[in-house]
This record gives sequence, structure tokens and C-alpha cells, in this order.
Amino acid sequence: MIGRRVIAALALAAALVCGGAAAQAQSLVTSLSTHRVLIGSNYTGAQIAVFGSVEREGRTVARPDPNDVVVTVTGPRRHILVREKERQGPLWLNSEQRRYGDAPSFMAVLTTRPLAEMGTEEDARRLQIGLKNKLTPAGAAQSFDTGEARFTEALIRIKSNDGLYQEIERGVTFLTPSMFRAAVSLPATAPTGNYDVSVELYAGTVLLSRQQTSFEVVQIGFEQQVAGFARGWSLTYGMATALAALFFGWLATVIFRRD
Amino acid sequence: MQIYLPIAEMPISVMLILAMSAAVGFISGMFGIGGGFLMTPLLIFLGIPPAVAVATETAQIAASSMTGALTYWRRRQLDFKLGGFLVAGGLAGTALGVLAFNAIRRAGQLEAVITISFLSLFMVIGGLMLFESLRSVMMARAGKPVRLQRAGQHPAWLKLPWRVRFHRSRLYASAIPILGFAAIVGFIGAVLGIGGGFIMVPALLYLFRVPTQVVVGTSLFQILITMTAATIFHAASNQSVDIVLAVLLIVGGVVGAQFGARAGRNLKGEMFRVLLALLLLGVGLRFATEAVVKPEEPFSITIQGTRL
Repeated sequence: MIGRRVIAALALAAALVCGGAAAQAQSLVTSLSTHRVLIGSNYTGAQIAVFGSVEREGRTVARPDPNDVVVTVTGPRRHILVREKERQGPLWLNSEQRRYGDAPSFMAVLTTRPLAEMGTEEDARRLQIGLKNKLTPAGAAQSFDTGEARFTEALIRIKSNDGLYQEIERGVTFLTPSMFRAAVSLPATAPTGNYDVSVELYAGTVLLSRQQTSFEVVQIGFEQQVAGFARGWSLTYGMATALAALFFGWLATVIFRRD
Repeated sequence: MQIYLPIAEMPISVMLILAMSAAVGFISGMFGIGGGFLMTPLLIFLGIPPAVAVATETAQIAASSMTGALTYWRRRQLDFKLGGFLVAGGLAGTALGVLAFNAIRRAGQLEAVITISFLSLFMVIGGLMLFESLRSVMMARAGKPVRLQRAGQHPAWLKLPWRVRFHRSRLYASAIPILGFAAIVGFIGAVLGIGGGFIMVPALLYLFRVPTQVVVGTSLFQILITMTAATIFHAASNQSVDIVLAVLLIVGGVVGAQFGARAGRNLKGEMFRVLLALLLLGVGLRFATEAVVKPEEPFSITIQGTRL
């Protein structure tokens, strides 16, 4: 909590320094509460705060459209297979499937207000805002693959149930007319790796400015050593696990021996 | 209390895992089966990646079969010679099964084949056993003697050449059907991704007429050998054994298996078969409902090509 205040103050200070140099009429300055999420043995997820400030140049006339901020957090990409069960005779078996070659393992989209209020669906598709549009490559809207949407929706639904995909309307709040903050909650099941954070400033459906930053999720201490050992010394690791199994098995017979 | 699993990359409730593994260990020690077909689906249900669940579960099976096998060995209810033949036949069958698995997967029919095989296996074996064992219980009630093993009476196929004497099992039979049968169990196990103890136990009981307690001890010995090898193999080939989860499963499993082996001792042969039959039918029914009832969520996702 204290960290957030300090960072907010820093962000403001940075804004004052850099703001004047921005080429666009309105520009963004952003800051994260942390760039490293550490996983220890009691890790149960994390909260990351995104702070930002909208800088206006003195001379420009304020646009009539209200400003919208969209924060998108994208986790490490994975190859995901989505399968659909269909009735075949008396059984329900997996039949059709779609592959998502580089779907994010974690994705959070936070906006100042509902996407529907910001513009039409077509606008959102063109600007690639929202979970669905992030998963559909640009220009794929006219795809002949009629089943695609069904599978994308299923992927979002399943991932959302696990908290790994989030679309939070009004997840970005303006603290002052120019300062905003957004809180991203990272579930414990979110994988280790690099997370990209993209902050976009819109006026109506016009993109005014975009800022990119990132944070990483890493294991530390014992967890890191175990994971490293399992990968680097896999045969020794396997034999150690097997020996532990045999040892505990023998130990139990000694402890519980009656005679 | 939650603890973070470094390979599965998620936290898990310690008490829940201990309780679950103790329950499965109890069943393992009592019936001489590994229990992987019970535990692995539970782990996947808790959100553990399937590769990690399957690989880590092998460590628990190794541990609970170790503790069970030792207990039966101390009671002189473990036939090492028969166990050795089962291990040898099983290895050959497993190798063939892995080849078949890849062939079926290339043909794209794996899903249907696995579902149907699972269903028919559990239902047929469970059903036959329940019928036989209930009749035995009834006969015992009526005061008639029940014995699966009749002295001097051996089916013709046990009289094939290369006869071997298994003292502990009170069996004098040809090694050919024994090796062949172990190979079939290994084959089915590799195709279905299970240990196959639940096929081995009824087979030793009914086809080879080995005494119940020796069946359990010997089956546990065979499972111990294969699962220790499987743990090392999984860790070395796909690095998906989570040692933190493994230790939790092992601790729960060995305690459960000790009590299971003790409870099995006081169980009458026919009652043992009734309970095992009910267990098989229960698991079969679970698979059947899963395959027949319209799923609430027809879609499922699999994450591929991770570091795991």
C-alpha cells in the first residue's frame, strides 16, 4: 500500500518532466507497482497496480469525446487445443477441435467503461480491444471458418472460470481528471514468465497514445531450486523422487509395525 | 494450509491432498492395486496439469505398493518368483502397448477406443466378479465350503510345457500362460494409461487360483517394480514429476496403505471379491455416466508445448 503511494508520486513527478516533450497532443505516462512478482512456498496470487497520467499540452483544445483508457495484460503465450464433445451413438466423444498457436496463458483487459459504450463492435475489432479480438488475428473477421467464434468463446469462457482471462469494465478509474489507476489480480495458477502490459488512451475511437511496459513472475528460493533441478538434472531428480518413495514406504512399515 | 507446487506451478491444500492420498492408499494396500485410476482424475480435477498429475502419481503408487509389499512379505504372502514372471511379461506387453497407442493415435480413433475399452473392461470384470463372489457369500452363509482353489484340479492350459512350481502361490503351472497374461495386462495398461492392477488381481484369483492374500502381495510387488521405473522415466523424459506434490501424496499414501493392508488381513476371501467387484463397477459407472450423459461444458482445453 505504501509502495503504491510512492510510485504514484513518482509517476506524477515523471509526468511533469517528460510530458512537455511528447509529440502528441495528449500523451500517457505509466508506472507499475512492481516489475517482479516473486513466488515462494506460500504464494497464492498477486495484485499489480497500474498507475498512469494523461498529459495535455496547454495549447490544444480539449476534445469533446471523453478519454478512455484500456489496460491489457498478456501473459506468456502457449499452444492451446480446444476440443468439442459431440454425440456419437450413445457416447459423448471429442470430435471437432481448433488450435490456438500462441494464445496468452493469462490475459486481463481493464477499461474505464464498458466496451459497448466506447464504440461499436466493429470499432473494437478494428482496434483489437477485448479478449475476443485479441484472440482473433486482425483481418480474420471475414474468415470462412464459421466454427471459429464458437471455439474462441469456449476458450474465453473456460479460462475466465479459472480467473486466467478477465475483462473488467470500469477496472480503470480516474483519481483526478488526469490520473488513473487499475488493479490487476493475478491468480496463483498464472504461469511463470514475462507479462506485457499495454496502456492505451482513446478519445472516442481514436487512439491517442500507447505505452508498453512489462513485469515478470518468477519462482524464488526453494521453488526455484526444485524447478531448476528437475530440468537440469532430470535423471538424478527422478531417482531422488523414486528413492524418497521407497524410503517412505519402508519407514511406514517400521512405524506401524505391531510385532 | 496451502503450499505452492514448483512444477505444477499452482498452490494446493495440504490437508486435502493428504486425506485423498490416504484414502487411495488404503484401497491400494487392501486390494493390491495401484490406485492410479482413482487418484489421477482427482488430481486433474483439482487443476493440476494432466502431465504432472500422471507423472507424480507414479511416485505415490511406488511408495504405497512398497509399504504394502513389505507388509505382505513379512507375513510370507509375497511370491517373488511369480512376481518376477509377471514383471518380465508385463515389460514386453508395455512395450507393445506403447507402439499400439501411437498407431491408434495416428488413426485418430484413440478417444473412442479408450472410452469403450474402459467401459467394457470395468463393467465386464466387475459384473462377473460380483456375480461369482455374491454366490460364494451365499454358499458360505448356507454352510457349504467355498474354495476357489481345488487341490489337483488345474485347467488344461496350465498344463502346457515349461511348468514351473510357485510354492507360495500353491501353483504348479506352465510359464507360457503366465507370461502371456502379464503381457496382455501390460499392453492394456500402456494403451489406457493405467497400471492394470485391477485386471491382474482378478486374473490371478480366478484364472490361476492363487490364494487371495498372496495375490495382493505379489501384485503389489509387480506394481512396485514398474512404478519405480515409471517415476524415473517420467522425470527424465518430460520433467513433469512435482517432488513437493509427490511427498504429500507419498506420506498420505503409505499411511493409508498400512491400514489397508491390515484391514485386508481380516477380510474373508469372498468378501474381498465382493468389495473389489463393487469398486470396479463403481469406477466403470463413473466413466459410463461421463461418456453417456450430456456434458455441461462440451468444450475442453489442453495446453500443449509448454516447458513441461
